[in-house]
Amino acid sequence: MSFDRRAFLLQTGKWLVLTAPAVAAWEYVVSGEPEKAPGYDASAHWWAMIIDIDRCIGCGRCVQACKAENGVSLEPQYFRTWVERYEIDPDDPEHPHVESPNGGYDGFPQPTKPGVKTFFVPKLCNQCADSPCVQVCPVGATFQTPDGVVLVDKEYCLGCRYCVQACPYGCRFIDPETHTADKCTLCYHRITKGLQTACVEVCPTGARYLGDLKDPNDPIHEYLRTHKVHVLKPQMATHPKTFYNGLDGAVR
Amino acid sequence: MAPFRSYEHLLRLAALFAVAIAFFVVLRWWLVPGDYGRLGPYRAGALALNQAKPIVYAGQIACVGCHTDVADLRKTNAHAQISCESCHGALAVHAEDPSVAVKLPAPRAICAVCHLPSAAKPPQFKTVDFNEHADPGPCTTCHPAHAPRV
Repeated sequence: MSFDRRAFLLQTGKWLVLTAPAVAAWEYVVSGEPEKAPGYDASAHWWAMIIDIDRCIGCGRCVQACKAENGVSLEPQYFRTWVERYEIDPDDPEHPHVESPNGGYDGFPQPTKPGVKTFFVPKLCNQCADSPCVQVCPVGATFQTPDGVVLVDKEYCLGCRYCVQACPYGCRFIDPETHTADKCTLCYHRITKGLQTACVEVCPTGARYLGDLKDPNDPIHEYLRTHKVHVLKPQMATHPKTFYNGLDGAVR
Repeated sequence: MAPFRSYEHLLRLAALFAVAIAFFVVLRWWLVPGDYGRLGPYRAGALALNQAKPIVYAGQIACVGCHTDVADLRKTNAHAQISCESCHGALAVHAEDPSVAVKLPAPRAICAVCHLPSAAKPPQFKTVDFNEHADPGPCTTCHPAHAPRV
């Protein structure tokens, strides 16, 4: 049999065309169902958090616990959750003074100005149902899980920083150690094992509450029905799942 | 009219397309991880990756499982809702292996974390001026932390 260049190219072409899809299909078959945490069905949950501003005392236990639990960088300081103190001068309510020394890690010094409206606002990832950070990720390294948590695939992230710019709430940063995106995971390693998030666990006044919107028996439904809650920046249409009770209009 | 015979150029074109498509498919298979797209446009394995982190805070259930005496003491007082690890710190290591010694929190400093006065704190929250109130000894002499009285 003669085997000239034409025949060789045709033969190679045929093999290439046939084997690649076959291999892809075979890989799909053998990889099977994705690994699940024992006893945890992600599709049965839809996590949300409630922040009660009227209860927050700005002690910073949540900031410390978050850092300890998740190994968030202390030097330089980065935050997955932090506490802000608002000071609103009644003479200039349009320009509130906001400070967050070390993210509230060591608490707050006394307010300097007397006669101002002042309160604490804990911040964390809003776990948006339509999150801009997921939209902009060019490689699919940030995503929403079936239980509604926005996570980062730190092994797949390029560190391009698109998501850091996209988040309207400033909840993302680049991990100075891995140089990949980092953010609040809603303590995914804890909530999937039936534990509270670290910040909820340590909050001494119950200013934070982790709820499951898919669980009809969760008190979160009663809470949302009986309280006047709000979300941050609703005009961004991100549909956050972090609800604030007693949120002042000055909070951005 | 002569039948349509000149089709070799089409075959050549088709072969070219086939090679290009095959190249794309091979490249895609080589570059895209196997579990990508299982649950959505991301690696399904990333879920397990996020779940695999070690737990640092043991959780209240782990604490009261052994320390039933303290749990009973705290049941009805003002500190009842506070979890143990809020003051005692992260203790998953201790919950795993109770022989690991636990360092008690500094008696005055830990109280000050919450009870220092601040205009930003909600008005119903009890605060005290630590400089004016009593001597600089540990607060727990008069106010036992597990059953505080005012």
